[in-house]
Amino acid sequence: MSVRNGLLALLAEQPMHGYQLRQEFERRTGSTWPLNIGQVYTTLHRLVRDGLAEPVPAQGAGTEDDVERFRLTGAGAAEVAAWWAQPVHRGVPARDELAIKIALAVTAPMVDVTGVIRAQRTETLRSLHDYTRLKLEVPTREDLAWSLVLDSLVFAAEAEVRWLDHIEARIARAAHSHGASFFGAGAAAGAGADAEATDGAARTAPATQPPDKNAEASR
Amino acid sequence: MSAGRGPVLLRLAGVSRTHGHGDIAVHALRDVDLDVRIGELVAVMGPSGSGKSTLLNIAGGLDTPTSGTVTLAGSELSALDLRGRARLRRRSVGYVFQDFNLIPALTAAENVSLPRELDGIGSRAARREALEALADVGIDDLADRFPDEMSGGQQQRVAIARALAGPRRLILADEPTGALDSVTGEDVMRVLRARVDAGAAGLLVTHEARFAAWADRTIFLRDGVVVDTTGERPEADVLLAERF
Repeated sequence: MSVRNGLLALLAEQPMHGYQLRQEFERRTGSTWPLNIGQVYTTLHRLVRDGLAEPVPAQGAGTEDDVERFRLTGAGAAEVAAWWAQPVHRGVPARDELAIKIALAVTAPMVDVTGVIRAQRTETLRSLHDYTRLKLEVPTREDLAWSLVLDSLVFAAEAEVRWLDHIEARIARAAHSHGASFFGAGAAAGAGADAEATDGAARTAPATQPPDKNAEASR
Repeated sequence: MSAGRGPVLLRLAGVSRTHGHGDIAVHALRDVDLDVRIGELVAVMGPSGSGKSTLLNIAGGLDTPTSGTVTLAGSELSALDLRGRARLRRRSVGYVFQDFNLIPALTAAENVSLPRELDGIGSRAARREALEALADVGIDDLADRFPDEMSGGQQQRVAIARALAGPRRLILADEPTGALDSVTGEDVMRVLRARVDAGAAGLLVTHEARFAAWADRTIFLRDGVVVDTTGERPEADVLLAERF
């Protein structure tokens, strides 16, 4: 959907041919979502099929303008206006591998959920760090569009980190009140425990020790 | 932002801090090792009560470890008497707080120069340094404004200038963006980052990953233990050092 609407929005500015569209899309979004030219032309042909865009009639034979350019139809312009006017639909969550992985991890018998969460947080923080580094290299005012795309990635990564913190705390609490074995090998299982976890012995061991009472008291 | 990293300015080696004894002992920090170099900004994250503030206080010599050593600018703090420690702290360390902590009755320049005057340098030299420090954070044009005539972001810049005026090279920042909106907070992080890159060392306590991402690396505390560290120099042994 985003490619279709993105191309429509660009065509609303001026008629363009496929390569121009690809170039403009990538320039304006900091090449964060690269398009291949086949994708651009497939989308363009669908827009034409749906009556939203049309080829610009050739100015005359033999000119250098021999690459077919496209422009919006009235229906296409209305579609773009509607896109700007309406919020992006968030009704049905996209399949999220991480959410699926965590959901399966908490119910799988021999998975170190806390380990999964921590490894993910390290990775997400690494990308957050990388995006921030890119921001540092982009003087904000010079390329606002690109820095806004970076902000989107930064905030999404931050939200993921917060979510991971939150579920880690919830899992620790649940393990504490239900008995740790339910959640598999927990925080206390170091690198050496990974091998043991496969034989099932680790499941019966107290995986997550109760939180330090004293540390708790300092909160 | 990683280039030109200099010598170690702050070193915590095996630092533990326990409050109380026996059954009621609270382990605020347990066996923490940390180096912060010139040119390096290190973020500290962790839930409330994880030991972040204790770490910052110990790094700045406001609190002393129960065991382990803190070496600041080449001097081991425990080897100094109270006065020596206070002197070292004043010359080496600057603080930045969430709520700016500027003195309302003093102008921006006076806020920055005051600690230097307390160091014993003349008021003209202190003023000159203050103006330089304010220029370094981009607000030398606000030198004669009072805190209540400045925005939160501007006040925090004054606080950063004050923290690094004169010979101070270690900046300890406790939630410096906590009272600021996200755009202003980011501006303050840019300033902090730039000042560190220009030759300071920084320890930044924050609960927002977005701001921690401006640091070269992030360490995580949980119940006083470093449980994870991310950044350019992953130390695998730290990742495995978790003990409960």
